[in-house]
Amino acid sequence: MSKGGFSEKKMAILDVKNLIHKYIAYEDSQDESQEIKEEIKAIDDISFHVEKGEFIAILGRNGSGKSSLAKHINGLLMPTEGAVYVKGMDTKDYRNLLNIRQSAGIVFQNPDNQIVGTIVEEDVAFGPENMGVPSEDIWKRITRALEGVGMSAYKEASPNHLSGGQKQRIAIAGIMAMEPECIVLDEPTAMLDPQGRRHVLTLVKELNQEKKITILMVTHHMQEVLLADRIIVMDHGKIVMDGTPKEIFSRVEELKKLGLEVPYATELAYELRKEGVPLSEDITTREELVEELCQFV
Amino acid sequence: MSIRLEHVNYIYKDNSDDVHQALKDVNLEIRPGEFIGIVGHTGSGKSTLIQHLNGLLRPSSGKVLYDEKDIFEEGYPLRQLRGKVGVCFQYPEYQLFEQNILEDVCFGPMNFGKTKEEAMTLAKGALASVGMSEDLFLKSPFELSGGQKRRVAIAGILAMEPEYFVLDEPTAGLDPIGRDQILNLLRKLHEEKNMTIILVSHSMEDVAEYVDRMIVMNHGEVLFDDDKRKVFQHEKELNEIGLSVPFYCSLMKDLNAHGFPVKTDVLTVEEAKEAIMEVIRKKRNNA
Repeated sequence: MSKGGFSEKKMAILDVKNLIHKYIAYEDSQDESQEIKEEIKAIDDISFHVEKGEFIAILGRNGSGKSSLAKHINGLLMPTEGAVYVKGMDTKDYRNLLNIRQSAGIVFQNPDNQIVGTIVEEDVAFGPENMGVPSEDIWKRITRALEGVGMSAYKEASPNHLSGGQKQRIAIAGIMAMEPECIVLDEPTAMLDPQGRRHVLTLVKELNQEKKITILMVTHHMQEVLLADRIIVMDHGKIVMDGTPKEIFSRVEELKKLGLEVPYATELAYELRKEGVPLSEDITTREELVEELCQFV
Repeated sequence: MSIRLEHVNYIYKDNSDDVHQALKDVNLEIRPGEFIGIVGHTGSGKSTLIQHLNGLLRPSSGKVLYDEKDIFEEGYPLRQLRGKVGVCFQYPEYQLFEQNILEDVCFGPMNFGKTKEEAMTLAKGALASVGMSEDLFLKSPFELSGGQKRRVAIAGILAMEPEYFVLDEPTAGLDPIGRDQILNLLRKLHEEKNMTIILVSHSMEDVAEYVDRMIVMNHGEVLFDDDKRKVFQHEKELNEIGLSVPFYCSLMKDLNAHGFPVKTDVLTVEEAKEAIMEVIRKKRNNA
């Protein structure tokens, strides 16, 4: 962590150092007396820095270690070896946990599993209440957070009556009310319909651009990945690629071998290049593809 | 032979006694051997519709006919119908409950009167067809990956040997490989066993790639019911109800608008490539 004039911009909000996470799988065999134990490395020695304000997408197959990594960032999982520092605080020191969880909030896949309140504003208040925020401040935070996610009209609604996308926005409001510097989202749109997905993604992008909140988003959707300015690709618990979307998506064949897809425009450009059409390797958007193709007529 | 809905309306009251009409005068026929996609945004009536196909919901008015027989007529063997029209709901893996996956898949056929032995044979066949290898048969469902669990749940329905197979968002939450495995399985069941498949999906790309006929639901009504290519020509109407056309379809329109004269009747990446290459080859030959 640097100090001085350029500290604000260059400060690492997250520092992952040689992180290893192992767990033991118990297997019931036919013979009850025997239990086969298998040690599984969910995360296998990974290191990376995240600077304040970055928007990072974490990509990988199911079982590649993405979600385990996400859970290390606010101390829901502890490193077996190595360390995770959030704003310089070691997640292994339990005295840091409260501070860490205020700095880095996490949003999960299933909106139904993360709502605790019986009405929306109560749910959003849960985080700041636990932090000991004075009640007049809590109300201000609730108002701001619900405005931020575009759900003010529903503040007295019962979460049961909301759609998946709306619930997910309430979950994000609950995190925002803690005013974290970093939000980790673990496949936040996996259970949403296209409209719910668009709303959540627009919100996440706004939080990053306008409120300068650092975002780490785990996802399978290539079109979502393009919102990020940096992509980390995981496979078998390791980081196998780390770069800008253009750098990552120019490696189509490697991504396919990892069981991943590429954005639609990238896929078509790749197929056309195979037919001998000289298109750039770093096309990721529709506009770029249209522009280059139009040069041929 | 078919499932036919005649003027089906479905009206229900919610907790606060407000009346909602989930289906409005729905008329459609599903014939054996079809591969149908049902699309529509959340709340459009898709799930309500599919629950009528095997009599889980009873229309407020109108008829559901299976092979021209009204399934809600007194004495109709609804139980048997549920073996012929298999419905796989969203996140079916939450419904796995047995000690091992073989037992779990046996549950359906045994429930429909098969002996344990017969059920075992059916279950093994169903598990094989979803690509589960034999060494996994005695595993607990909870030891499997998300994609595997989903396939076991699907096998549980296949083991009942349904004639019509209805699936509500079977690929939700899966990674690209898990998704392709499920969709390719459906294609295989359709092509090799001539099974009728009815797929509810949010993904226009998946629908474009796999189904033949598309039913678009909006506010409880059937907005379009036609060959997928014809339906996807209604880009404006689809956008208006919160749906889209596949990426490659709208890309072709963009290209045209920018002076690249490519045909627009395109749904998949292969078709897009062919269409663009045609234009480029012509250009090369003229040069």
